[in-house]
Amino acid sequence: MRENRMRVEFLSRSLNESFARVAVAAFVSQLDPTIEEISDVKTAVSEAVTNAIIHGYENREGTVAIEAIIKDSELTLTIIDEGVGIRDVKKAMEPLYTSRPDLERSGMGFTVMETFMDSLVVESEKDHGTKVIMKKKFRSLD
Amino acid sequence: MDFDTRKETLIIKLSGELDHHSAEEVRNHIDDKIEREKSIKVIMDFENVTFMDSSGIGVVIGRYKKILSQGGEISIASATDNIKRVFELSGIFKIIKYYKNLDDAFKAVTGVGK
Repeated sequence: MRENRMRVEFLSRSLNESFARVAVAAFVSQLDPTIEEISDVKTAVSEAVTNAIIHGYENREGTVAIEAIIKDSELTLTIIDEGVGIRDVKKAMEPLYTSRPDLERSGMGFTVMETFMDSLVVESEKDHGTKVIMKKKFRSLD
Repeated sequence: MDFDTRKETLIIKLSGELDHHSAEEVRNHIDDKIEREKSIKVIMDFENVTFMDSSGIGVVIGRYKKILSQGGEISIASATDNIKRVFELSGIFKIIKYYKNLDDAFKAVTGVGK
């Protein structure tokens, strides 16, 4: 049974979005992923981290954390912020809904995460931060 | 990012990663160029774009709306399969044409070869 985990924390600066993608991709490489699997994970991470920065912290300074757990061939990613939280999670997850059309946000973030990962769960409460939990099963190495 | 104007068509060659971080600079450069050249025909060439998330969709749609209001049209050329999947999720290909490469895009937009 293969088990591993990591946690990274970084300032909620857009400059760190690229770092987050690469950090998770590097950790996931132990699963010998295909190029498409890596791309899927990087894109999903990018969406979640961008949400934390733009919406969670509203571009103010905070900390974004990513926890990654590998169990056999399944990856569980949790992106955590201690920002403003989501009042209506169901509405936020509607495709094309965005609370920031003024920033040219497409409202596609959660749709991308849902499509590129196997599952997506969002835990959030107004003023109490947000946790985005995504899972993906990788093709077996056996 | 590189710009090239040929046969009154503005070709925007994007490169690197198109995410939330790079989106603002990309947006400003393109808008500035479009305004100065009063471009009506625009091709966004994604051949050298290595990564794109939904922030890129926002950038493209924003430029599309601007060009549309000037009576123009915008096309996309040469995206990798991974980037195309993000585009397809947004349904953007219903309103913006995609071409496999810049040559095809240019021919279609201008009606002549490069």
